[in-house]
Amino acid sequence: MALELYMDLLSAPCRAVYIFSKKHDIPFTFQFVDLLKGHPYNKEYIKINPLRKLPSLKDGKFVLTESVAILYYLCRKYSAPLHWYPPDLHTRARVEEFMAWQHTAFQLPMKRIVWLKLLIPKITGEEVSAEKIDHAVAEVKNSLQLFEKKFLQDKMFITGDQISLADLVAVVEMMQPMAANYNAFLNSSKLAEWLMRVELSIGSGLFREAHNRLMQLADWDFSTLDPLVKEKICEFQEKYL
Amino acid sequence: MGLELYLDLLSQPCRAVYIFAKKNGIPFELRTVDLIKGALPVCHPRVQTDGTKSCETGFLALQGGAQAMEGSAFSSHHLPCRTLPGQHLSDAFAQVNPLKKVPVLKDGDFILRESVAILLYLTHKYKVPDYWYPQDLQARARVDEYLAWQHTTLRRSCLRALWHKVMFPVFLGEPVSPQTLAATLAELDVNLQLLEDEFLQNKAFLAGPHISLADLVAITELMHPVGAGCQVFEGRPKLAAWRNRVEAAVGEDLFREAHEIILKAKDCPPADPTTKQKLMPRILAII
Repeated sequence: MALELYMDLLSAPCRAVYIFSKKHDIPFTFQFVDLLKGHPYNKEYIKINPLRKLPSLKDGKFVLTESVAILYYLCRKYSAPLHWYPPDLHTRARVEEFMAWQHTAFQLPMKRIVWLKLLIPKITGEEVSAEKIDHAVAEVKNSLQLFEKKFLQDKMFITGDQISLADLVAVVEMMQPMAANYNAFLNSSKLAEWLMRVELSIGSGLFREAHNRLMQLADWDFSTLDPLVKEKICEFQEKYL
Repeated sequence: MGLELYLDLLSQPCRAVYIFAKKNGIPFELRTVDLIKGALPVCHPRVQTDGTKSCETGFLALQGGAQAMEGSAFSSHHLPCRTLPGQHLSDAFAQVNPLKKVPVLKDGDFILRESVAILLYLTHKYKVPDYWYPQDLQARARVDEYLAWQHTTLRRSCLRALWHKVMFPVFLGEPVSPQTLAATLAELDVNLQLLEDEFLQNKAFLAGPHISLADLVAITELMHPVGAGCQVFEGRPKLAAWRNRVEAAVGEDLFREAHEIILKAKDCPPADPTTKQKLMPRILAII
């Protein structure tokens, strides 16, 4: 049986795995696990991934979660061009450094903006306080500044002249707030130029295709949202917002 | 200058790096950082021609965050070590996020943060035994999977447990509501269960029959709430057995040495008002 990837392209980590797989013509079956319909909580999916998170990879009997682990796995198994995950000690370390840092410093703030500016208001019908939003925006701006200073600096890509897994993971995370009409690339020409380079390296068609569902999120009819998803959102809100 | 590791053993990720380096006989110079005091490292101050003492590694630049990524900036800042008057603890320190500025690896001009990246760097550079980060595709993926998962889950719970149970009330003199503490401990419980059910399962170690980076990272995290007096292993015989195996694989003496500081966390004296004032906003931003 071919490789199966369980994903919903609303999720940034899923987009990273999707783009990488398509870019390298890795044969896989796209198993759509609809976040908006609460599918991660279905019995069938829980059997695949008891942690109920996306993405998941299933390679025969082998099941793997966590997009970073999946990307490393795919890189190695399918012998992706070396620049994606360079063998040089220092260059590789830079990729690993970003991949570790981004979990808390990058992914969370980017997600938070979407929750506060789009999802919570659409689901509960109540606007989130300006103060909370301002704080979340400040956090995103801080993350972006750190990204520019620590990782991108004056290079074309994070590791130098070529795209790597780090750029891929970074770009999909930075695209997330677009769903809430927040353009993370607006205030920095450096980031905007980097985005263009990354998009070109990936291929504009693939990049756009991967982000289609995200860009349409605001137009989705939230009144049809699965009640279980609503419940999970409220839990998430309490914990992280 | 050889490998330098900037560590404060109060910090979970630092302990993992410390144990790994010592266990594998990796030669390094320990630069002890005291996060709480926000002090400069206990390294070797030398007296300059003008009589001021300076730290040969310019640690203050390191604390400045972004600057530390540039090797040249790092080595060009020579600042007094421990003789720095209060008013100079300014912008660089003002940005210090004490719980995220360690560990740091410095290998010549190369500076690396993030404990997972540091552990992987040491693994690649020093050719450690295969079981730490197996060559086998799927075995390695299991280690990567745990190392990725733990950032926002177990690490978060363990950090919050320590701060809500001990550091806020005892060290900072800031009371924590019973509800907040209960919520934190409940979250820790959930993550401990996930650790057992989804990662450990019926294996000897998290990624298979041998110890790996995953176990090292996990155990050093769990010692945080243990240091806070939480009964992490009580009622969890599977996890307790795993802990014993990990400790045996690491070596009891090394394990004890690495955890000496955290196990005394409950007994730390209260912070003085200036330290408290400086630390509070930064801590609140992360906890």
